[in-house]
Amino acid sequence: MKDHGAMQRIVRELAAIVGDRHVSDAAEERYLYGRDMGTMPPAPPDMVVLPGTTAEVQAVVRLANRERVPLVPMGAGLVLSGLTRALAGGIVVDLKRMNRVVAVNDVSRYAVVEAGTSQGMLQAYLKKHHPTLKHSLPDAPPMATIGGNVLIHGSGHMSCAYGFHSDMLNGLEVVLPTGEVARIGSCAVSDYWFARAPLPDLAGLFLGWAGTTGIVTRLAIKLFPRYPFNDVAIFVADDPAVIPDVLGRLTAVQVAEDMTAWMTPKPAWAAGHQHVNICWGGHSREELICKRDLLRAAVRDYIQARTAGFMPLPPPLKKRFTRLPDSQLTTFADVRKGGGFEYVGAIMPVDLFAAAYRLGVRVAEARGVAYSLGARIIGANHCMMFFFAYAFNRADDADVARAQGALEETNREVIALGGIPWKAEAPAQQAILARMDPSTRELMARLRRAVDPNGIMNPGNWETER
Amino acid sequence: MDHAEILHRCFRCGYCKLPGNHVDLNCPAYLESRFETFSPGGRMWLLRAWRDGELEASERFQRILFSCATCANCTEQCVFPKFKDRLLDVFAAGKAALVEAGRVPPAVRDYLTAVFDHGNPFKLPPKRRTLWAEGLDLPRFDGQAYLLWIGDVGAGDPRGRQMARQVARVLQRAGIQMGILGPDETSDGNEAAALGEGELFSHLARQNIARFRERGVRRIITLSPHGFNALSRLYPAHGGDFAVFHYTQILARHMDRLAPPTGGPPLAVTFHDPCYLARHNGEVQAPRRILARLPGVTLQEMDRSGKNALCCGGGGGNYFTHLLGEGPDSAARVRVREATATGTAVMLTCCPTCLAMLESAAVSQNLDGRLRVCDLAELVMERLDGCS
Ligand SMILES: Cc1cc2nc3c(=O)[nH]c(=O)nc-3n(C[C@H](O)[C@H](O)[C@H](O)COP(=O)(O)OP(=O)(O)OC[C@H]3O[C@@H](n4cnc5c(N)ncnc54)[C@H](O)[C@@H]3O)c2cc1C
Ligand code: SF4
Ligand code: SF4
Repeated sequence: MKDHGAMQRIVRELAAIVGDRHVSDAAEERYLYGRDMGTMPPAPPDMVVLPGTTAEVQAVVRLANRERVPLVPMGAGLVLSGLTRALAGGIVVDLKRMNRVVAVNDVSRYAVVEAGTSQGMLQAYLKKHHPTLKHSLPDAPPMATIGGNVLIHGSGHMSCAYGFHSDMLNGLEVVLPTGEVARIGSCAVSDYWFARAPLPDLAGLFLGWAGTTGIVTRLAIKLFPRYPFNDVAIFVADDPAVIPDVLGRLTAVQVAEDMTAWMTPKPAWAAGHQHVNICWGGHSREELICKRDLLRAAVRDYIQARTAGFMPLPPPLKKRFTRLPDSQLTTFADVRKGGGFEYVGAIMPVDLFAAAYRLGVRVAEARGVAYSLGARIIGANHCMMFFFAYAFNRADDADVARAQGALEETNREVIALGGIPWKAEAPAQQAILARMDPSTRELMARLRRAVDPNGIMNPGNWETER
Repeated sequence: MDHAEILHRCFRCGYCKLPGNHVDLNCPAYLESRFETFSPGGRMWLLRAWRDGELEASERFQRILFSCATCANCTEQCVFPKFKDRLLDVFAAGKAALVEAGRVPPAVRDYLTAVFDHGNPFKLPPKRRTLWAEGLDLPRFDGQAYLLWIGDVGAGDPRGRQMARQVARVLQRAGIQMGILGPDETSDGNEAAALGEGELFSHLARQNIARFRERGVRRIITLSPHGFNALSRLYPAHGGDFAVFHYTQILARHMDRLAPPTGGPPLAVTFHDPCYLARHNGEVQAPRRILARLPGVTLQEMDRSGKNALCCGGGGGNYFTHLLGEGPDSAARVRVREATATGTAVMLTCCPTCLAMLESAAVSQNLDGRLRVCDLAELVMERLDGCS
């Protein structure tokens, strides 16, 4: 902990790097940047800085290193699990001024963007300048950054076809905790950012580490053909035990871009049912219909046995379900007019679907928490991101504590089942580490010591040596 | 503080920072500052912290609240039904609480004092309030079909005065029977209300309504969308029951009365929708209908138009208080850059505040000479005169 005079000097030095307007140690910024929308308690930074270039990030990192002041990289701060709170004080580095689309390669289908580019702005940019291309959008609010999302292994509307968003990463530029700028992937060797292969894959040093290994300043992500025709169907079953098989059949056809199950007690017509949204596209209506027929054929046995079937979807509902990004999950925060929700997103094998569903219902009902459950399928049934979303009333401390308790219990139970909480809160990270193979844990510790000898990067997260 | 019971409902998801098509940041205060604190959600959370005694009403806190341009992008884009409709009321209530506590930035205090003492923020004596109309042969209101309401910026800003003259001329040319209040016009109070000075607003509203009644005014045309908003949406709560129109609405109806222009050199223009016309009052068609009636003129829309338009940064009193600054990320400068990106050399609007803000931004951006900022009425007059 530095004294006030030292902190003031650091603020002045930061101002010399990024300009007076882009640094603040005011109470207002310290208050707001110290908390996110989830249930984790506040942890205010000493100051907030808004760099505009890689060179500025580099100078900020060098300064922080010299002064041994913690750095907390932040995109939109929408992760919900408190990963951008300053657990040991220091400087929050808000990267959203770095929001330029640097290049789009139409032929090799990738975009190079600055890390603070928002999902919404990239989506709009592609629509305007490259209308035949799109990237995989999460259902996070559109301010969520490409950097923040890829680096936490996010998933989205093309994840059934192409996997996690980190699987769609071609390469990155990163300011290491000691201030050097490194390039990872083909861009380390070539002017093209086309792939991570065939080099030793160093991207893993920055994926899933919650900002503890460096500040990523640029990324290249894969783009995909944008279909002119799109459709959605919802398959409904009552028994959660059949869902892994249903998902297996539907993904075997390999036409869906997105497949997401959802289960919610409200509205009443949805209660008790397992819904699977299947989204696909085509270059013509014929292709669309052909793909639809393949999907139907895949689950014909269930339809004929009348144990499950497709829900009739009038066009306005179809439109609502194909809207990207889908704001439905965001509005869940207002179910109790309370302005808050957080979810455990558990990466799990699809086999555990029914157990996860029962877990969510049991935890929420026992604790009287408003809930919404669901699962996004990653790849051809390779795994799922099962989400247990619990709403709370921000104005009611007891209600926040109730939701927090539900989240904690869910994290614990998910690990016991064999899943792993994604973008885990700091306490859940410890629960994961406790279960982790000791050699793996030691390797993490060694890597971290090697890249961040002064331990300045987002301390309090992935603390392997606690 | 009024509306305090909904402060906690803001999730801080940030939909409100963007326009509906997400192309770029659309909250002028956040755009300029880039600190989360200056975003709509940031304001909601800070207000709650202040109410709960976790934060003081510091100078920065005041600046954060008063730099809101009341552009209504947040109310347009927030994803929480009903709650969203109250966002601007919450911000106004927050400002009102600061006014009440005497904790306002000096520029805001000066603005409010000038309106209180002089009836307008430019401290214009009544005689100078009619400078814009000199030589126009515009009668005082005496039972004509319409009262033409100019508002503060039309009467006090040099560029606003030029616009006011052309609007009056084009309406005259269209045969609209109208009169003005001239030296008796005072502030309509739209910005006082936006700045949370409810008492001053009520005083102005009551005074203006009484004047309209005394003179038998039934129908009013406003120069500024800000005046349009005050008279049509805020005055009814104080007993105002007049038919109020923005000048583009009247002109759009009567374009066929103007000597039909037979053509003119081809001209590509872009159009900046004023927030108080498009978002606050839902009027996006009238200006476009006027443009469609001008032969040779083609409209190139900016990426953000209609209800998605980026504000010029002048609303909520910012034209007077300059709390949003004039740097490269100020809304007005971003907006003129967006206008040039359409490839046109003419940026039109229909609001004296927008006109003054954008023209000055074009100069700061070194675009003068390359981008002409003008009012729709000015273009209509030019095309008529050029072709008749
Ligand atoms: C309503 C809602 C729906 C959501 N739906 C989805 C969904 O469908 N799919 C999905 O994947 N997620 C979803 N999320 C979770 C989350 O919002 C997103 O993953 C989001 O993209 C995270 O990005 P961010 O910019 O907000 O990251 P932040 O929260 O700012 O950061 C996340 C982590 O990454 C680190 N970090 C951020 N940027 C950098 C950088 N440049 N360099 C180094 N470290 C960095 C931070 O330190 C932090 O540890 C949802 C969230 C909400 C609120
Ligand atoms: S005002 Fe609405 S859109 Fe903006 S952050 Fe709050 S809840 Fe989200
Ligand atoms: S009204 Fe405009 S300036 Fe004010 S908070 Fe909302 S979007 Fe920002």
